Amino acid sequence: MTNPTTSSLRPLHFKPLNGVRIVVWSLFALVLIILPLAAHSSFALTLLCLTGIAAIACMSYNMLLGQAGMLSFGHAVYTGLGTFVAIHTMNKIVGGWPLPMWLVPMVGGFAGLGFGALLGFVTTRKAGTPFSMITLGVGELVFAAALMFPEFFGGEAGINSNRTGGTGWLHDLGLTFGPQIQVYYLIAIYLFICTAAMYAFTMTPLGRIANAVRDNAERAEFIGYDTRWVRYLIVMASSFFAGIAGGLTALNVEAATADLLHGVRSGGYLLFTFLGGVGFFFGPIIGSVLLIFSLVVLSEYTKAWQLYVGIVFLIMVVYAPGGFSALLMLNLRRIKYGEWRKMRWPYAGMVFFGLIALWGIAAIVEMAYQIQVAAGSGSALTIAGIPLDASSSSSWAVAIAVMIVGGAAFEYWRRKFAKVWSDGEERIAEAIKKAEAAIV
Amino acid sequence: MSTYALELSNVTKSFGKTAIIRGVNLAVSKGERVAVIGPNGAGKSTLFNLISGRFEPTSGSIKLHGDEIIGKRPYEISRRGLARSFQITNIFSRLSVFENLRCAALYASGQKYSFWKPLSKLNELNDRTEALMASIELKRRRDVPASLLTYSEQRALEVGITIAGGGDVILLDEPTAGMSHSETDRFVHLIRTVTMGKTLLTVEHDMGVVFGLADRIAVLVYGEVIAFDTPDKVRADPKVQEAYLGAVLDAEHVPGLAGAHV
Repeated sequence: MTNPTTSSLRPLHFKPLNGVRIVVWSLFALVLIILPLAAHSSFALTLLCLTGIAAIACMSYNMLLGQAGMLSFGHAVYTGLGTFVAIHTMNKIVGGWPLPMWLVPMVGGFAGLGFGALLGFVTTRKAGTPFSMITLGVGELVFAAALMFPEFFGGEAGINSNRTGGTGWLHDLGLTFGPQIQVYYLIAIYLFICTAAMYAFTMTPLGRIANAVRDNAERAEFIGYDTRWVRYLIVMASSFFAGIAGGLTALNVEAATADLLHGVRSGGYLLFTFLGGVGFFFGPIIGSVLLIFSLVVLSEYTKAWQLYVGIVFLIMVVYAPGGFSALLMLNLRRIKYGEWRKMRWPYAGMVFFGLIALWGIAAIVEMAYQIQVAAGSGSALTIAGIPLDASSSSSWAVAIAVMIVGGAAFEYWRRKFAKVWSDGEERIAEAIKKAEAAIV
Repeated sequence: MSTYALELSNVTKSFGKTAIIRGVNLAVSKGERVAVIGPNGAGKSTLFNLISGRFEPTSGSIKLHGDEIIGKRPYEISRRGLARSFQITNIFSRLSVFENLRCAALYASGQKYSFWKPLSKLNELNDRTEALMASIELKRRRDVPASLLTYSEQRALEVGITIAGGGDVILLDEPTAGMSHSETDRFVHLIRTVTMGKTLLTVEHDMGVVFGLADRIAVLVYGEVIAFDTPDKVRADPKVQEAYLGAVLDAEHVPGLAGAHV
């Protein structure tokens, strides 16, 4: 089963040619351009805007977590402070400052950079768990400060602004940011540039040394690097992009409230960046889609959305710590080595029975919620179009039976899958070994 | 000003009340190869940790090219041209072999913390890294994460990382620990090649390696250097015989020793 091109194949390390790279980035730009055309409602456009902003925020978070191994519990401090500085800047522009509105996200970015330089000086004194603890403390501190200084943070109500103010020839030409679509394209442009910049950063000496510090901080000191300084520089770079995301938020929602700085938001960046996957550059983009989907869409359908997110997070941490991006890349590797076809049936079985088991679980969760949380609105509900009654024991019996049967069938297919998977893994390892031996 | 590459005077180190290093004096000339030997617990690794800045000595003076380096951080000492390897393999586990070596050469190449130039454009650095990778015989494993290498490959990478930065004083802490005899022979040859013209200090247990590699041998016993001389003289030294070497020489290593000492 060897083919002559395997000598250029490398395990989980795709090195696309420049041509491939151009294609990937062009596709990315194209998708950003045409996505709003596919969005038929203003709600869909809102989702796209939120996702674009979240993508920048999650990628900036991954500069810390994935690239430098710094588990921060306070990333929302930088996105949030970026939003506040941006919102005040917007109000100044409305008041007559000659700054074009489209530069507001840059103001947010520099605010993030400034706060990163200030707070990062404290947080980066330590690495590892102490770093995490300090970021947690700084996050609490900034949130408390937000409530203490209502002049700047607007207290409970927050600060409002208006993005349609401002002057300049672009404004005169109609770029008023009144229509949401204009905001979308501004976000898309910032997203594209920030993604390119952050990707380029991973390819620079500092970006690579951040990886080295992540892997082995002690050894990094013995090859000439002050690891504290590396951490500090990375926090500043990350805060800059976080601030841009914050500035875009200011433009997008024209308001800033103290909960933007809250630890829950920081936790969200952590959770969804992890779900997307910290090992690959594009992982956080997947994470941001999941973030907005859960926060905005899933929460529309069920009050128990956080419970589902929690379950998915738990499963991923245990079974796929590389996140969805790693799953994707592992499967791409299968395709590359011609191993994917063997997995079709196990996959189909897992998906089919997984969905059945999921229906059972969802029915149980939703009926429990119906009784405990939403008792006032009666006991009837539907899960995926199937009517249930939370007060009838037959509904419960059906849900539990479906969960058990679906779960058992899923487990059966999962074991089959695991077998096929590990066999394939062996064959791939073999192929890699052969390819290596061919390199003189 | 001293002309020694490395000069230790009256260096002591105590952990609590336990004195591990009890007044070490050692002067190593430029280009010299020194093996530090001694029984287990004599303080050999501690001595390396003191020189490389991992620990700070309790008292004494350590001079690198005549400059005092006590109190300096490991990265400052590294930038002054002292590089070390570790007894327990200490590599960048998730980075590829190539990236491990390139990172190790990065600071000295003048890039420092730069983030305005892509690594791929640093042709000279990349060529040098490829050459180093070939010389430590890891070319075949170029893009394999370091954690997936075999033990002896990791040991080679450990030495590669140590010498990649171009330091002129090299400290190798038991580079051949845990290797088989045939691997050791190859590896000693490798070390000899890649440290050509540099000042080398190595901690070593294998007497074949010691006598084959070193210009001079320092014998460390209970935190003190009891002898520091050429291999022949050290071997003949009754003090050394009594304290350490006699026992080793009587053991299995004698034939290997005769062969290695050409």
